[in-house]
Amino acid sequence: MALPKPLLSAARPEEILRPSRPWFVVLTLVLALFANLLPLSGTALALRPDFLALVLLYWCIQEPRFVGVGTAWCVGLLMDVGDATLFGQHALAYAVLAYAAEYFRRRVLRFPLWQQAAQVAVLLALCAGLVVLVRVVGGAPLPRWTYAVPPLSGALLWPLVTGILQWPQRPARSSVEL
Amino acid sequence: MRHVPVEPPAFFHRGPSPLARLAFFGLISIALLFLDTRYRYLENMRHLAAIVLYPLQRAAQVPGEALGYVGSYFASQRALSDENASLKRQLVEQSIVARALPETQDENTRLKALLGVRARYGAAATAVEVLYTGRDAFTQKLFVSKDGDADLKAGEAVVDVEGVVGQVTRVFPYMVEVTLITDKDQAVPVKVQRSGVRSVLFGSGAGHDPELRFMAPNADIQVGDRLVTSGIDGTYPPGLAVARVATLERDTGQMFARITATPLAGVDRSRHLLVLSQAAALPPRPEAPADADAAKKSGRAKGRRG
Repeated sequence: MALPKPLLSAARPEEILRPSRPWFVVLTLVLALFANLLPLSGTALALRPDFLALVLLYWCIQEPRFVGVGTAWCVGLLMDVGDATLFGQHALAYAVLAYAAEYFRRRVLRFPLWQQAAQVAVLLALCAGLVVLVRVVGGAPLPRWTYAVPPLSGALLWPLVTGILQWPQRPARSSVEL
Repeated sequence: MRHVPVEPPAFFHRGPSPLARLAFFGLISIALLFLDTRYRYLENMRHLAAIVLYPLQRAAQVPGEALGYVGSYFASQRALSDENASLKRQLVEQSIVARALPETQDENTRLKALLGVRARYGAAATAVEVLYTGRDAFTQKLFVSKDGDADLKAGEAVVDVEGVVGQVTRVFPYMVEVTLITDKDQAVPVKVQRSGVRSVLFGSGAGHDPELRFMAPNADIQVGDRLVTSGIDGTYPPGLAVARVATLERDTGQMFARITATPLAGVDRSRHLLVLSQAAALPPRPEAPADADAAKKSGRAKGRRG
């Protein structure tokens, strides 16, 4: 008998996942871009995590052969146009994020979700810090302190994002296994 | 003795290593950043990508619009009647002023004719609505709607009911980017309405009031003075309200006074804005430097010959 799949828990490292489908990866990236383009302002904007970075990070960790530095760079370029920021700022940040994800992926996957989230916070902060560096070198003023919030809120969403994105990949568990 | 090969066999080959890819894409991004910051070469590419992204961007507006629609549907009768009353009051107040206006204008034209001054800027205006505020944390920008056939150009002034909001900086097919006067180093030439002292108001970035730079400590300016556009840059028509002087520190030990001013317009509140087109043709730029150069050269040549 097949039990319902657990939604909010990461697959254990030894669990074998179904291969993820390319269309699903692309769809989630487009949805994340959509979420980033929502016209928010004020507190909502300050709290909003960078959904695109979060989803990219997930796929770079889970499917490094399909989503890597190149994909991240292209998606970052779209984000630059969407936000009307400097050309290449998100592209550079996302490319570095993808590289860091590929470098750390085996380590990250060994941990339970909440500890993964802590590591994700560091990676997202690296990404945001790189953007600040690029802009400040380019002559922009330092952003307000609220700029540090999105990496943290992104990390808090990590378990949820993992749960949602992994759901189609989880095999239905049989009662025999339990 | 043969070693175990370190490289994976060819059929497992996965292209260049991640580090090589990062170096490649990193260099491209740095080149792009450099080109965009220094030379702004990439506007065509940006427009192309903006068109690709437009459907998604438009779709992202829909949830907010739907919420706004539902919200306005349930807006209370009371709020609407209050607003109606205040609008009527404003109408009465302004109609008195408006009736006096033609007369004043006539008088003004006559006086100006007497003085031999060019007719004042007759700006054509386009009403626009704010789509969303810029998401970039480093700049102060707004994105406003634009009808497909509206002829807006970069550089045009954007105002609301109370005063100057900013300037059009980029024109996309269906929207326009407006840089606010609070954006860092965004400059607005102003004069003090009371005393006529000219200066330039510079934005200071998010969370800070714009400041008047390079004003001598003894300049004729007081806290509470209204600053209006001086119009000498040809971008902003003269006489638009911009800001009110908020703080003033005169330290005679310093070269300049420290003056900050609060914008009068709702730079971060107004939803309905007006873009003023640059209808008034400025006199052509004098080409004196080239002539002077030529004159100098010919003079030198003559000198050599003589």
